[in-house]
Amino acid sequence: MQKLSGLSRVIIALCSLAIIISYFTPIWRIDLFAPQYPEGLMMNIWFNKLTGDVDIINGLNHYIGMKKISVDMFPEFSYLVYIVAAFIIYGLLVAITGSRKLLFSYLIVSALGGVLAMYDFYQWTYDYGHNLSPDAPIQVPGMSYQPPIIGHKQLLNFDAFSMPDLGGYIVAGSVVIAAVVWFIEWRKHKAA
Amino acid sequence: MRQSELKTLSLLAIAFATTVFSCKPKNVSTTTSGDAAQKVYVAPGKYDEFYNFVSGGFSGQMSVYGIPSGRLFRVIPVFSVDPEKGYGYSEETKPMLNTSHGFVPWDDLHHIALSETDGVHDGRWAFGNGNNTPRIARIDMKSFKTAEIIEIPNSAGNHSSPFITENSEYVIAGTRFAVPMSDNNNDVPINTYKDNFKATISLIGVDKETGKMNLAFQILLPGVDFDLARAGKGKSHGWFFVSCYNTERANTLLEVNSAKNDKDFIMAVNWKKAEEYVKAGKGIKKSVNYAHNTFDEHTHTATSVMEKEVIMLDPKDCPDMVYFMPCPKNPHGCDTDPTGEYIVGSGKLAAVIPVFSFTKMLDAIDKKTFEGDYAGIPVLKYDAVLHGEVKKPGLGPLHTEFDANGNAYTSMFVSSEVVKWRVSDLQVLDRAPTYYSVGHLSVPGGPTKKPWGKYLIAYNKITKDRYLPTGPELCQSAQLYDISGDKMKMILDFPTIGEPHYAEAIPADIVSKNSVKFYKIEENKHPYVTMGDKEAKVERKGNEVHIYMTAIRSHLTPDNIEGVKLGDVVYFHVTNLEQDWDVPHGFAVKGANNAELLIMPGETQTLVWKPEKVGVYPIYCTDFCSALHQEMQGYIRISAPNNNVPLHFSTGTNQPKSEDDKL
Repeated sequence: MQKLSGLSRVIIALCSLAIIISYFTPIWRIDLFAPQYPEGLMMNIWFNKLTGDVDIINGLNHYIGMKKISVDMFPEFSYLVYIVAAFIIYGLLVAITGSRKLLFSYLIVSALGGVLAMYDFYQWTYDYGHNLSPDAPIQVPGMSYQPPIIGHKQLLNFDAFSMPDLGGYIVAGSVVIAAVVWFIEWRKHKAA
Repeated sequence: MRQSELKTLSLLAIAFATTVFSCKPKNVSTTTSGDAAQKVYVAPGKYDEFYNFVSGGFSGQMSVYGIPSGRLFRVIPVFSVDPEKGYGYSEETKPMLNTSHGFVPWDDLHHIALSETDGVHDGRWAFGNGNNTPRIARIDMKSFKTAEIIEIPNSAGNHSSPFITENSEYVIAGTRFAVPMSDNNNDVPINTYKDNFKATISLIGVDKETGKMNLAFQILLPGVDFDLARAGKGKSHGWFFVSCYNTERANTLLEVNSAKNDKDFIMAVNWKKAEEYVKAGKGIKKSVNYAHNTFDEHTHTATSVMEKEVIMLDPKDCPDMVYFMPCPKNPHGCDTDPTGEYIVGSGKLAAVIPVFSFTKMLDAIDKKTFEGDYAGIPVLKYDAVLHGEVKKPGLGPLHTEFDANGNAYTSMFVSSEVVKWRVSDLQVLDRAPTYYSVGHLSVPGGPTKKPWGKYLIAYNKITKDRYLPTGPELCQSAQLYDISGDKMKMILDFPTIGEPHYAEAIPADIVSKNSVKFYKIEENKHPYVTMGDKEAKVERKGNEVHIYMTAIRSHLTPDNIEGVKLGDVVYFHVTNLEQDWDVPHGFAVKGANNAELLIMPGETQTLVWKPEKVGVYPIYCTDFCSALHQEMQGYIRISAPNNNVPLHFSTGTNQPKSEDDKL
């Protein structure tokens, strides 16, 4: 049985608990800037809600025929909190058992979860960016309005930026630390 | 001619020409300094240092400029209707201009007073006076809108107003014209002036939290003309000082008849004492009739209430409340310095500027150093209250402002200049020309305990050759001086709206941080609000048709309305559903006999329309709101009374064609 060191287990436990913070902060943010919006418009995505200038963004989006963005459009908001809770418990189990194998599986699940989340995000942005109302006042041939998954994209007069918010960084950071812990433990074991 | 002779000759010619031209007085190129442009240049997108709230005079409005750039930001409609903003035309704003004389759509706004806390500008409210039909207005500096207007009874020519105490306890309103009082027979021969005409000052209380005004009490005074006033501050807090002219009590040809007395007065009023008399029940309740109009930010609607009573104090029953200080000659300005110790009287026709000492005044009152009385009110001895006189200041001293370094700046109307002098030793330090005929001055914070200084703005009555001519009526102007050094330097002049009288300037950040961006739609308590496109509707109540309309980029809902009959009165209640900054919508209907509406985000405004002809009338948004603003339009159909068209409204759909409609 390959047991993790005490320090490693404490670190894993702290990282898992740190994810609790992300319940109280947004995990992702989309910023929009345009000449007439020098102060910018922002949308924050939380595990269970959207905040920021959602109404104003919806008001602008109606010109290009984009569907209305609202919390009830996304079933994810109803169950994401439980998935994250399960994930935290998973991390705590790793710390309690001290199993390196369990840690490895935790990392695999994290990576898969991350990829899945980004894919889901991509799906939604694709849907919103492409499935536009045929009655839209502004129709630019060949133009779609899918915001970037991460980074910057020009959408007509808007500069759109998409990036993690505090909660997202905490989740990602805790997984990265867990991966580093696993790597150190794995090298230690190999050397032994 | 030899070449050297030619040279000599041309040199002589140049010398001669130079001599001749140098006889002309100095022009602007020699009176502005080289770095003026740099000092007033506010780069595109950058903010000014100060807001300047400037009276609009006979425009009846208040304007807001940036200092040092002199850029005009906004004209706040106060006492005059403003079709551009629908002010005085919408049903919500009409009550603001109600008076005991009915709807009065114009006035003459002369002076500004910004609210203070501990003698320092607090950036909450700006007060302005209506000179003609006596009124005081309160402007909310968060929304830059007129929030309240109170009419002043027993008053005419509300000129000596509105000046404010150091904690905004009271705003004073004094009469320029003496008139018969409300409780007497007012139908009297004009030549009975001395018997029947009285002057009053009114003290208007200002609520600490809401700013709401109430006419606390009036003081009945002999029939002189009050010109300007200032509250005491610091040690003189609790007193008001008011300049008085026409102590001759003439009712005709005042330019001669009111200039006879060698000295008129500065009136000193102990308002704390007056408060005590009111509390002690010394006031007499007088029956009056005046309008009190308030604008509610939640209903977006003004209401007008007629008030019926005022408490009047008579100095006869209230000793030690009012004193006169002799002041040469027809004084205009009456200004207290930042310490509150000195009171500067500016006699328009006087050769000196007298400066009175508050400490000496109290001492003279204590020792009863009177030279007599005027209509029963004690007159203090000039020498007993005088700190000193500024000698040879210039011609026609009008008004004085102060900086934080113990200097005073007095405008000279006749000699068109600003004179800087030291308050302590009354020495003239500098003078600078104005173009032309300067009235009031403004130093940021100049009337407060804490002048911010740096700039002085002069407001001129005559501009003549200063700008490109525009026919017989020329703009009036403001001129900006840098007063940060020993010498005043003119650095800018800029045209103003109407006629600028008094103005106040305040550091921009005290005001800008509180500026309202839009009204929250969920807080809209207007009885005819429409809380979303889906709530839009048309209701008939007898011959009134109420249209609950919404405006959001870029459509009106409803935008097709039928079933309205000739003889109906149509109410367009338009709610702007936007919840974003700088997205007002306008609303207009063809042939309306009033004006447009200009509706701020989250606001509801109502336009009443009485169609006079059968037909189809276009309606549209008048404020370029979006890329599809030009598409924000619709129709309302007006049918003959006997044409049985059902009431119908829609946006985005058409109703099926009916047989009845086919002509």
